[in-house]
Amino acid sequence: PPAHSHRDWIGPPDRHSNLRPVIFYVPPEESALERRLREARQEAQASNQRFWAQHNRAFRQEKEEFIYSRLKAKGLEMRDESGQKATLNAEEMADFYKDFLSKNFKKHLQYNRDWYKRNFRITFLMGQVALVRALRWLRWRKKNVEQ
Amino acid sequence: GLFVWHLRNTGVRQIPCRFVHLYHVANDRLITFQYFNFLKRMYVTQCNKDLSQRAKPKSDSIVSPFRELQQLDQEKKVVHKISPVSPVHQSWSEMSSRTELREMKSAAETEDSVTPVGAESKEDRQWKEMKLRLDDLPGILARLSKIKLTALVVSTASAGFAMAPVPFELTCFLLASLGTGLASCAANSINQFFEVPFDSNMNRTKNRPLVRGQISPLLAVCFAASCGIPGIALLTLGVNPLTGALGAFNIFLYTCCYTPLKRMSIANTWVGAVVGAIPPIMGWTAATGSLDAGALLLGGILYSWQFPHFNALSWGLREDYSRGGYCMMSVTHPGLCRRVALRHCLALIGLSTVAPVLDITTWTFPVISLPINLYISYLGFRFYRDADRSSSRKLFFCSLWHLPMLLLVMFTCKKSVLEKEDKGDLPGGSHETSVEIRLP
Repeated sequence: PPAHSHRDWIGPPDRHSNLRPVIFYVPPEESALERRLREARQEAQASNQRFWAQHNRAFRQEKEEFIYSRLKAKGLEMRDESGQKATLNAEEMADFYKDFLSKNFKKHLQYNRDWYKRNFRITFLMGQVALVRALRWLRWRKKNVEQ
Repeated sequence: GLFVWHLRNTGVRQIPCRFVHLYHVANDRLITFQYFNFLKRMYVTQCNKDLSQRAKPKSDSIVSPFRELQQLDQEKKVVHKISPVSPVHQSWSEMSSRTELREMKSAAETEDSVTPVGAESKEDRQWKEMKLRLDDLPGILARLSKIKLTALVVSTASAGFAMAPVPFELTCFLLASLGTGLASCAANSINQFFEVPFDSNMNRTKNRPLVRGQISPLLAVCFAASCGIPGIALLTLGVNPLTGALGAFNIFLYTCCYTPLKRMSIANTWVGAVVGAIPPIMGWTAATGSLDAGALLLGGILYSWQFPHFNALSWGLREDYSRGGYCMMSVTHPGLCRRVALRHCLALIGLSTVAPVLDITTWTFPVISLPINLYISYLGFRFYRDADRSSSRKLFFCSLWHLPMLLLVMFTCKKSVLEKEDKGDLPGGSHETSVEIRLP
């Protein structure tokens, strides 16, 4: 993002976590409230990024392992004659999906709780910041009108 | 063709108050015709997509093909600098049929076979300023409120209104539809607000406005409040308190029960089915002001319909659900998933038979609806037995046209109000006089 910009910038989805990173703009006269908001958002972003990158990586890895073990049990190689990667059909993969979901169930519950808490807190802070800014602008308008 | 001919015949025979009834029929047919056309387009789009892509199977919801088409259109516009979001978004939200056909053709031509459908356009890969542009706002809000789903919800509510055994009141109908639409917008916005990181990770939902940072969560919540509060107020004050209460309850059920429950237990599907069943009940209570057996029957039909519809859809999304942490029957209890879908297809037959017993429709309704109900039950049985992608897709697409057709048939077989009132009277002559008195 250009150096002179006064706004946040959002990027393309991350390769591992599929989340879009945000670069936050730090205004020179940032108030304490605004700083709290920015830090909360940064912290949430970092935490989400960590969770999903690790989770997706684990998914991909376990999926590979599953395919490999199943193919081996069937006596097939990872790649067939034409060099294409051998895959299992959806019904065989279903066992893996079910397994993966139940394995990560507790992890997801914990993450959900955290995410909801963070989301509410960030939105509430955004509301406060917006309110303060609106009042400030009204006061400035009043001053301008009086002059 | 055969259906329509038969319906027209029955229509003409029944009605004392001919004008109003025909107006109903024309209106409803127009609405469902447009809906049907829209579904046909979706179906054709799906076919095109399948023919041109060879990525791993990915089931699409009603909304996603349009988003994907929109991205492909963007691919053609080579953007080197950050520019405001292209007008493609707006044409999407305006939904002219010509644009869709053009986009469909270009989709079939330009799409590469190997790249997955979520192919990122050049514009998508760039960094974007997080600034809200006012001319993009309508499109963004349309996507935030899932405007197409809202439109379908409003149409089921109007079906409920139309089936109620009372004389048709236009203002009440419009207020009820508007209120329901606003409530639905609010509920959908809150749902998206809650699900940002999960939506980012699923192919079907990764282009939603909050995920892409086109709108801030604060604005999404404010929009939801500014739709929900007037919507419920409109229903409570402009229609009746019962409808308002149902609307508020439905918003609560969807946002605070269904959405969190999706990640905790498979019970979410049943809760979601109730959410889908409430709008026609709301339409009925808006017309009559009370919860009769008829309202519950209509709700029951929609409740049962949700299962073949959703279970078939979720069958193709198992990978995304598993990775995203969603607890769905298709992933955790696949046998149950198919059993429930079949069970509810059969329940639809039963419910259609109950309709004339409750005096809502004539006995022609179960007879005429039997073919389509049997067909969806047959597809449900195939899905149960085969449990593969093709049977799930067939069942899903069938459910898309089955519901509007069923509601349409139900409407045309609706028991006329006057017929019920004049049950003891002489036929013919007295009907004419009663009509004359009513017209101003």
